[in-house]
Amino acid sequence: MSLIQTKLTVNGYTHSLLVNADETLLFTLREQLYLTGTKEGCNQGSCGSCTVLINGKPVLSCMTPTLRCANKKITTIEGISGGETLHLVQKYLVSDGGLQCGFCTPGVVMTAVPYLEENPDVNRKEIKESLSGNLCRCTGYKKIIDAVENASKEMKK
Amino acid sequence: MKGPIGRRTPFIDAIDKATGQAMYTDDYKFPNMLFVRFLRSTKSHAKIKSLDITEAESYPGVVAIATGEDLPISFGVLPTSPDETAMAVKKVRYQGEIVAAVAAETIESAQLGVEKIKIEYESITEFITPQDSLHKCEPDEQIHPHTKNNKNIHKIAELRFNEPEKEIKSASHIQTGKFKFAGVTHAFTEPHSTLAIWNRDETLTVISATQVPHYLHINLSKVLELPLHKIQVKKPSLGGGFGGKSDPFPHEMITSFLAIKTKRPVKCTFSREEVFITHHGRHPTEMSMSISCDDDGKLTALDTDIIIDGGAYGSFGVVTSYYNGVLLQGPYKIDKFGFRTQRAYTNKHQCGAMRGHGAVNPRYAVETLLDMMAYDLKIDPCELRERNFLPENSFTVGEFRITSNGIRDCINTVREKSGWDKKYGKLPFGSGLGVACGFFISGSALPILWNRYPQTVVHAKLDFDGRVVIFSGASDIGQGSDTMLVQIAAEELGIPMEYVQVEVADTKITPVDLGSYSSRVTFMVGNATKTATSNLRNEIAIAIAKEKNVSVNDLYFEDCRVITKNKSVDLSWMEAVEIAMAGRGAFLESGFYISPKLGGKFKGAGAGLSPAYSFGAFISEVNVHPKTGEVNVVKVWGAHDCGKALNPLSVEGQIEGSIHMGLGQAVSEEMWYKNGQQMNANFLDYRIPYSVDTPDMDITIIESNDPEGPYGAKEAGEGPIHPVLPSIGNAVYDAVGVRMMELPITPDKVLKKLKEKV
Repeated sequence: MSLIQTKLTVNGYTHSLLVNADETLLFTLREQLYLTGTKEGCNQGSCGSCTVLINGKPVLSCMTPTLRCANKKITTIEGISGGETLHLVQKYLVSDGGLQCGFCTPGVVMTAVPYLEENPDVNRKEIKESLSGNLCRCTGYKKIIDAVENASKEMKK
Repeated sequence: MKGPIGRRTPFIDAIDKATGQAMYTDDYKFPNMLFVRFLRSTKSHAKIKSLDITEAESYPGVVAIATGEDLPISFGVLPTSPDETAMAVKKVRYQGEIVAAVAAETIESAQLGVEKIKIEYESITEFITPQDSLHKCEPDEQIHPHTKNNKNIHKIAELRFNEPEKEIKSASHIQTGKFKFAGVTHAFTEPHSTLAIWNRDETLTVISATQVPHYLHINLSKVLELPLHKIQVKKPSLGGGFGGKSDPFPHEMITSFLAIKTKRPVKCTFSREEVFITHHGRHPTEMSMSISCDDDGKLTALDTDIIIDGGAYGSFGVVTSYYNGVLLQGPYKIDKFGFRTQRAYTNKHQCGAMRGHGAVNPRYAVETLLDMMAYDLKIDPCELRERNFLPENSFTVGEFRITSNGIRDCINTVREKSGWDKKYGKLPFGSGLGVACGFFISGSALPILWNRYPQTVVHAKLDFDGRVVIFSGASDIGQGSDTMLVQIAAEELGIPMEYVQVEVADTKITPVDLGSYSSRVTFMVGNATKTATSNLRNEIAIAIAKEKNVSVNDLYFEDCRVITKNKSVDLSWMEAVEIAMAGRGAFLESGFYISPKLGGKFKGAGAGLSPAYSFGAFISEVNVHPKTGEVNVVKVWGAHDCGKALNPLSVEGQIEGSIHMGLGQAVSEEMWYKNGQQMNANFLDYRIPYSVDTPDMDITIIESNDPEGPYGAKEAGEGPIHPVLPSIGNAVYDAVGVRMMELPITPDKVLKKLKEKV
């Protein structure tokens, strides 16, 4: 298959890349840019582990062709905390036990962060619904929901 | 406790995981690395007539191909049933079995190379259901040549004590039921992944998503015919196991073989479909069970006959067969007790160990029959259970030694918190409450491999920088065992957790630990870590006592200082370290754990023996829609006796996770098959509860302080799943008056029962 040239802006940096026409954003991020924080749990659009932001909106990178992402702003888990201070969602996932094996966690963060930024006033039920695309097999979700709720309370302050 | 023991402690790797920095196997990349894809069988049971790899070999990008003949030595996690080879040799036994492997420069060329392999099969009679396998067949139709009497029965496990069948025939109160359980799978989020490197010094390094680096190490040595000392197995961050990564796997053998063959790093990561096909999950099960009791509701006997569908290979199946029976000996006292489990080989993917190993399905049966008994005798179901609990410091009929036992506190807690007495039997039609109990081992007292070594060894190293490094083979699979090691070291030495670091799960660096399975790690590795670090403290104390002319017993290690009560000695940690290391430098202290000698002398007495048992009681509240048959679990109250919660945050997490997994098996998860092929090998059709399906949870940790557990601790990772499923089933009965004897409790089954009732 012939390769196609494209430009991809990820976490503020623009990369000039050669990609396959059917290459997914998940593959490009992990295999070309070595941003391995984004996880492949199913590659079928059903577990949410590969969630990243495109222009601030969460999308499943395993279902997104890289060529559709030219001239768009992509944010991955590596771009959330700048590697130094934690986002409040991350802070409470850590302190409230909202992660165990951690494999779904980057996807949870990438779903919850834009959700809370757009919806400062949320209740528990709405948080549950907002995370309905993120499969977690360890926690039973309770402590994830606790963490997002605590983050939202602190964000409002 | 002055230190971190008993405190809610975030995992030491939690920030790495929350920021995407934690490295899982597939995140590793090595220069010049090859990728592996597999040719998998499209037949359930067939001879391989021909296999032609010539065209595939010359496909661009393909570097090496492996077939069954390359690795003919059989292996398996249990030394009693090493019945699997890395790739099919001469015949295939299930759809999805690996027949050949292609290593190539890219994933695409590996996949395209696979498609160039030509294979011809000659079909053999297929045995899809366990019932098929119980009948005699022609010798050349047998799935494995080693099964007896021309049947495809892998194992018959049977124990009988005091003629339960006689009691059940004559007892005044009997309950009997036939139960059926669909297979379910672990569905951890991280797919299996393995990376193998053949080093310049002719040693093999294998990085793998495994719960059992030690068993992988041993089986690699056997299959590759490579001496043990030339193999290093490392477990990096691991994305969930639940028993699904507790076998040595074919892909681990093949990836290693291809690394040796090509002398290049080779990586293999499964697709989600391959994860489902690899399976090793909970056995589909059919059982009939009877219990009897006297007029006071005292249980007199339990007898059960069980058939479990093992799939094509052994895995943990011999243990599963026993656990289906022996783990019904508690939490109730039953003096006349018997079971028989037949594990059938079938032409499907293999089943193995999954959270709550072996006992989850029969526990559902016991608790359902108890509920029926309570209803018939007009005794409250909580009360009936209370009349039958084993006391602490007692023995079960099969000579399990019960030490600590918090089951009464468990049931009283959930009974009170749920408002049971006000709600049970009194909620409007469609709503109901159900109760169930359970118990589980804190590690198997008998290790899988018979040798004279301890079940675990831990080293604690002190050096000039004041840092204590814990070396342990324990495998953190997301349950937080690394954090537990650090908590214990910090507690023993009176230093903050940041002074303690871990080197873990690396068979070249860390002493042998058997792995993360059977809920053994906190109990066994915790004890060994406590010994190693208290030995370290003692060595430091001896040096200080000598230099300062005080008694060792007068020295206290707390708040990062070593002091005497009268402050005649008042040293900072770093001053203490300097004294301890004077003239000798860095040093290591060791700790190990060996189970005490337990159990009876009869054949099968070893199955289910454990140095301590956890206990639990759960109550679920459900709404059942009478028109659609949909079961909605509204709230679960769970109380679990884990002895002592070393880290309450993580104990709660284990209980909540158990509710999630139990809920899935109870109402929605099941493996579907058509002619032996799994039809729902994806997350859309295999329905795992998502956040919106999650009930409210009210968790209580009961601390019975086990005399032999580290600080009193027992297990918390598997026991809590047992009561979850039957508490839901019993709640459905309270809600709409139908007994659900088949799992999962899907709307169609509920509607059918409701119609039958009318």
